[in-house]
Amino acid sequence: MKVIQIDKSELEAGLGKLEKAFRLIGPVKEKGYHLFKTLDSGQKPDLDYMNTRLSARSILYPQSEVMFEFSLDKADEQYAILREPEKDSQPRAVIGIRPCDADAYAVVRRNFDTPEYKDPYWLKNFEATTLVGLACSTPCPTCFCTSAVSGPFSDKNLDIMLVDNGDHYLARIATEKGEKLAADAGWQRPAEGAENRIEDLKLAAEAKIQSEISTDNLANQSLNDLYEAEAAIWEPEAFACINCGTCTHACPTCWCFDVQDETYGKSGFRMRNWDSCMYPLFSLHASGHNPRGTKTARVRQRFMHKLKYYVDKFEQGIQCTGCGRCVRLCPVNIDIRRICNKMNSYDPETCSCAVTS
Amino acid sequence: MTSYTDKIREISKRLLKEGKVDMVIGFAKGSVPMMHQPMFAGNAGDVDRFAWDGNCGINLANYVTDRKEKIGIVAKGCDARNLAVHIVENKISRDQLYIIGVPCTGMIDRHKITARVPGEIEALVEDEAGKTVTVSGAGFSETFDRADVLQENCALCMHRNPVIYDELIADEVPEQSEKEVDRYAAVRKVEEMSPDEKWAYFEDLLSDCIRCYACRNACPLCYCPTCFVDESKPQWVGKSVDPTDIRIFHFLRAYHCAGRCTDCGACVRSCPMGINVRALTKKLEKDCLENFGWEAGLTTDQRPPLDTFKPDDPEQFIK
Repeated sequence: MKVIQIDKSELEAGLGKLEKAFRLIGPVKEKGYHLFKTLDSGQKPDLDYMNTRLSARSILYPQSEVMFEFSLDKADEQYAILREPEKDSQPRAVIGIRPCDADAYAVVRRNFDTPEYKDPYWLKNFEATTLVGLACSTPCPTCFCTSAVSGPFSDKNLDIMLVDNGDHYLARIATEKGEKLAADAGWQRPAEGAENRIEDLKLAAEAKIQSEISTDNLANQSLNDLYEAEAAIWEPEAFACINCGTCTHACPTCWCFDVQDETYGKSGFRMRNWDSCMYPLFSLHASGHNPRGTKTARVRQRFMHKLKYYVDKFEQGIQCTGCGRCVRLCPVNIDIRRICNKMNSYDPETCSCAVTS
Repeated sequence: MTSYTDKIREISKRLLKEGKVDMVIGFAKGSVPMMHQPMFAGNAGDVDRFAWDGNCGINLANYVTDRKEKIGIVAKGCDARNLAVHIVENKISRDQLYIIGVPCTGMIDRHKITARVPGEIEALVEDEAGKTVTVSGAGFSETFDRADVLQENCALCMHRNPVIYDELIADEVPEQSEKEVDRYAAVRKVEEMSPDEKWAYFEDLLSDCIRCYACRNACPLCYCPTCFVDESKPQWVGKSVDPTDIRIFHFLRAYHCAGRCTDCGACVRSCPMGINVRALTKKLEKDCLENFGWEAGLTTDQRPPLDTFKPDDPEQFIK
């Protein structure tokens, strides 16, 4: 892997050159917080940020996405035939994505790219996207990425990782996509001995992580025991929950969606929209029966999915990169760190958790 | 606020020990600043987790809906008004409740403070005199006048003391008067806009909505078994982030709350994007006051104006 140096004053010029070949996406602060937006020509991403309010999930996986269009006009030759709409296949680059969000793409990919099913929408977007990450020199106090499946300098799922080094970035190029983007931007100046500097900054950043979770025992726990830990975990944790979708909508690793048809006059489309396991409708059967009819059952589902079912199914750790958004945004303080520690330390003999915070 | 906390614990312990209630609902200190957690104590051993300060902005009336137990509940002015609404609407009965009334000087606006500091807040301290709020985090520490960082609904609140209660935890706090606060200034500003300006205002207001429904679910009024946006047989509203569907959700929800909303601010507080959804409900509150002389939740023996009719109504449409 090679490391180049990009002066901060050169960044803008480089991005200007990239505009021809890429749609640029970056953090923008409009209403007091940062969100990923497509940048207008000449618009700079605001890289002076902790993390975006919402994750980068929607860049590859929009909250609402049209899959098919159809005509309801009987006179139309294509009447009632599902047609794939034109999709934007233009290469795009995300400038300043945090490692936790990029690592979340690898998590989501396990669902969308399997031997049985390859999700065309997510995969096409993924293939068209180059990820220029920004290492976290100042992680948030609620971040726990180092004990989830990420880290402030994790670049295993980035094409380029920018590391803030004062008046310049050190940029570690990890992939061919990254090579191409750097060449297009005119960023070529090798940075000698930079690996040591990056390693120092990485250790300093990791030392700033204030919170951690214990996950070592999750795989060993019996699924049924955890499922049945109502008195020790699920009922007390679910009491405060209002069953909104803030956690699932803010999460970079949630992947569930709902398919809907909408019609306007004589045309319509089939789309998928993010769904949330917090909603009663999520599991409502056509018969009217709802197998997850209570709030407690829905809260259990969210955490069992991320911290047990996923762990057992994929054997790649937890379905969480420790970005901390759900912790920061939950209006009633349902804290995944506390719940994970409870699940990890649950003792079915005594029906209690060694760790309760 | 330590005295408030002590008093809440003391009363809760007594109620549970004497068997007067099955549970007490209050707040526990959250794991992150400004995010206290609604909790229940089912025995005297749990009550020491109860806490009280300016971060208890969630409306606890939301947690008693349709419950069967005998419940002690910690209630600030707006919570108590929503308990009154609940009683009128048969969502709980008065004799199931032991209301531990909290005279309130307003809750801290987490959105406002978050937007004013350069990093993530690690600690928040209110001075005992209730004048200042100091927040700190990596590389910053800032002190604000408490009045400047109150939730807007609290700054405009006319009913800080619980209207119904069984016991107050402290002396009543002075109420604000119409002379001191102009509670409908923001509404009038929108009323005075041209249609185009109004359109732009509402478009911008709801532009960041992600349809997580935190506003609805934090609202004690939103107890419908199935919300109109969740109905699937038939489906009334689209599920995508189409702006029309988002606006239908917000506008209809606001109308469902007309004459019932106590302006507790739980909707805005809960919104992950900090959208001021109160802009809609406050207008309807103003209309109810002006047209019917009605403020929600001040009595347990009168139904809200849009929930009732009079045979001698002067308007033609009723006849």
